[in-house]
Amino acid sequence: MKKQNWVSTGYIGLFMAFMYAPIAVLIIYSFNDAKGRTFTHFTTKWYKELFRNEAVMDALITTLLVAFIASVIATVLGTAAAIGLDKMKKTPRNIIMQLTYLPIVNPEIITGVGFMLLFVAMRGLVMRWNAVAGTNWSFEFGLLTLCLAHITFNVPYVILNVLPKLRQMDYSIVEAAMDLGCNPRQAFFKVAIHELKPGIMAGFLMSLTYSIDDFIVGYFTTGTKHQPLSVLIYSMTKKRVSPEINALSTVMFCVVLFVLICANLYEMHKEKQTKQKRKGGTAF
Amino acid sequence: MKKLTSLILAAVLTASMAVPACAEEYDFSNYDLEYYQKFKGQDIELNVYNWGEYISDGTDDTLDVNSMFEELTGIEVNYTTFDTNEAMYAKLKSGANTYDVVIPSDYMVSRMMHEGMLEELDFNNIPNFEHIDEKFVNPEYDPQNLYSVPYTWGMVGLIYNRDMVNGEITGWDDMWSPSYTNNMLMFKNPRDAFAIALFKLGYSINTEDPMQLREAAELLKEQKTMVQAYVMDQIFDKMQGNEAALAPYYVGDYFTMKEVNDSLEICIPAEGTNIFVDAACIPKGAANKEAAEMYINFLNEPEIAAANIEYICYSTPNTAALEMLPDEVRNDPIRYPEAEQLANAQMFVNLSEETNLLLDQLWTEILSDDADYLNWAMPLFVLGALVISVLVTAMRKKRKKKYR
Amino acid sequence: MKMKYAAYPYIIWLIVFMAIPMGLIIYFALTDASGAFTIANIAQTGRYMPVLIRSIWLATISTAVCLVLAYPLSYMLSRMQGLTSRTLLTLVMLPMWMNFLLRTYAWMTLLEKNGIINQILGVFGIEPLTMINTQGAVIMGMVYNYIPFMILPLHSVMVKIGKDVIEAAQDLGASPASVFSQVILPLSMPGVRTGITMVFVPAVSTFVISQMLGGGTNQLIGDIIELQFLGNAYNPSLGSAISMVLMVLVLLCMSLTGFFDDDDVEDRLI
Repeated sequence: MKKQNWVSTGYIGLFMAFMYAPIAVLIIYSFNDAKGRTFTHFTTKWYKELFRNEAVMDALITTLLVAFIASVIATVLGTAAAIGLDKMKKTPRNIIMQLTYLPIVNPEIITGVGFMLLFVAMRGLVMRWNAVAGTNWSFEFGLLTLCLAHITFNVPYVILNVLPKLRQMDYSIVEAAMDLGCNPRQAFFKVAIHELKPGIMAGFLMSLTYSIDDFIVGYFTTGTKHQPLSVLIYSMTKKRVSPEINALSTVMFCVVLFVLICANLYEMHKEKQTKQKRKGGTAF
Repeated sequence: MKKLTSLILAAVLTASMAVPACAEEYDFSNYDLEYYQKFKGQDIELNVYNWGEYISDGTDDTLDVNSMFEELTGIEVNYTTFDTNEAMYAKLKSGANTYDVVIPSDYMVSRMMHEGMLEELDFNNIPNFEHIDEKFVNPEYDPQNLYSVPYTWGMVGLIYNRDMVNGEITGWDDMWSPSYTNNMLMFKNPRDAFAIALFKLGYSINTEDPMQLREAAELLKEQKTMVQAYVMDQIFDKMQGNEAALAPYYVGDYFTMKEVNDSLEICIPAEGTNIFVDAACIPKGAANKEAAEMYINFLNEPEIAAANIEYICYSTPNTAALEMLPDEVRNDPIRYPEAEQLANAQMFVNLSEETNLLLDQLWTEILSDDADYLNWAMPLFVLGALVISVLVTAMRKKRKKKYR
Repeated sequence: MKMKYAAYPYIIWLIVFMAIPMGLIIYFALTDASGAFTIANIAQTGRYMPVLIRSIWLATISTAVCLVLAYPLSYMLSRMQGLTSRTLLTLVMLPMWMNFLLRTYAWMTLLEKNGIINQILGVFGIEPLTMINTQGAVIMGMVYNYIPFMILPLHSVMVKIGKDVIEAAQDLGASPASVFSQVILPLSMPGVRTGITMVFVPAVSTFVISQMLGGGTNQLIGDIIELQFLGNAYNPSLGSAISMVLMVLVLLCMSLTGFFDDDDVEDRLI
């Protein structure tokens, strides 16, 4: 038994070393005095430079903004869709579910290329409309196209998170609410939504993660200004990644680490509380 | 969850407050304010598309040209970069974005000109064109000089690491020397790569003869087995970090690399080399043509042109800027060679559409060809795929039987 | 209740932003510049057969490596208790929060000829190895970037294998080998299938990893697609044709793994 323990600890350790080696490199190089990949002196100047670098800051804001907007809209759209799908007949539901899987299982490059073709076509249509009707509409690649694309690949994650919760939901409490005088809307917002909350939250968080992490779809749908961080980094990897980016990722890594630790501690705390409550025999 | 949201919001807020706080003060007394400030307060934006790290950007106490232009004119510059002429061309052709100023190389200027992708310039709005050296006016790629204003020029040289080569590096033949197997880098764009092979073969680098091009492609395939990597600007990190012994690249960038790694040397091959000009143009459909011309004019202000040249180390066609450069730069035979040194140098011109297509096709072939590994991978893969699909089908049938 | 109307906005969204783009790809793949029907584009993709085979080959190897590495790890994690298991799983997922371009770029620093690994090897007197710009480096990059997509579905099926099931098998006299082959393996198959798809699909279509770690000498099908749209020349017809070939390939992969056979596939996707 002990030997087995030793083997599994060693294996997990090696695996973690593999996963964290490049991250360690990133963090170390954020303290590198020289640009490029030769380490010279220790410095913290890139952390100061970071906040003065307009391009990096603009990219960071763009990434966070797009992720936030896209996740919010995707959550609303996806939750509504899940509720509707749950009530649909089997055949139409299956067709829609197959389409829903598409952005998840489709190679990202194809999703990206498809969006590029779509937005180019839309842009052409808008321009033609302007010529015909004399309007002055604009459809530029940029924040708008990024958001549209991100919403599209985020919605499936929300649906996939909410649907199981809908299936588990006890409809009798919704019916009870309606018997007590709620109309369907009130019944949903006052009762059902509490049952769905964990699924909705999980969907929102996943959307946020995938949006922040996205590169390929953004690469094909970005415009001339407000490029997302990953696209900026990509254009930098063609020459050299400026150390400010390393500093930024170190900061982001620490923030995420902090949030995850907090979340874990919070959950532990909650578990302890429920255990204690059970011990004390006090029900809810 | 709420914590995460508020964290993100807080980050967005602090970041958005941090950005505008860093506007700097410049002295604009030397500039024609009446001309430069006519668009002030009109919320005009310019989309500028340039090569990566091809403008003085304010790092290490250099001049931040874009922010200076913004400050002077009140025009907002959206600055993005590309890494090959071909990538820039594709992006423009896709119609995804409109750009106001692009800076392609000679042959790409004439290709875009022939395809009607460029806007004719109004030189009344570019008074600084007078600074351009006569040698660069009415160039072969833009014979009447209607579409372009030269930004930089230079040659292609063979960069090598003194400590990593044996003997002397003399010319393109060294790029086929087996002693540098896995120790050489190569251009990752078709025109530059083919030019080297064509020089070695003694053909014109603008040949339209399919036989000659195929011959060059064979040569490049032969070279591929010795090439460590096909790169563009990644060459900086690699040559600076002693990762490779040999790499052909633009002379200007050699000086940038030499600042970091003193072991680097350059050779201008005797067989001849490519001499290029990168020129500012305005693509068709630019939203603010006049403002774009203002930007091009600004790039040719002597002080600005000199700052850019000092930052990127290329050669300048701007005589007024040249005078502001230190003597050792002006007299550098590699940066500013005499006419006789350029006897064998050739410039790119645009090729016919068929030749461009053939070149693309041959180039993709070179990059994707990998003959010796295919011999065993193909049968193995087919066999593997067959076995897997048979197994999967069999397993599924068995399972279905079980449940019945 | 007319709740099903709630899905209608989403259906419209799906049509506009999912069905039409895919339709556009098919349209461009099957038409020439003037808009007339042609199969010339698809025929042209035959030229890229070697690239396609290389992509499938490298993706297959990296999927296999992912499976071999992730399977024992997921099993170990699933046998652990509350806090340890959760912390370790978080640690596995945490790197995904760092930009994957940067992580891949960092691998360049590690694998280079004068890179960190070779410097460490040099201390022990080992000759520097050629690691970067090889197919091995590309495979490693794929494994590194996509292994979490293998661990997650595996872990989520394995935690459901109760201790009692394994103990029951042992009590009935099963050897460790047959416990594995008769109990654990069959029960974890749905996770294996999802994992294979989730790793194979991004691996076969990547273009960044091959560019950064392959040195441009190991082009993949994703590189060729990217070249058609944002690289060499704007050629949406050929690009769409190659995309279509890739889509067919992915469909084939999913039918082989029986990706949609199980009803609860969504449990393992998220």
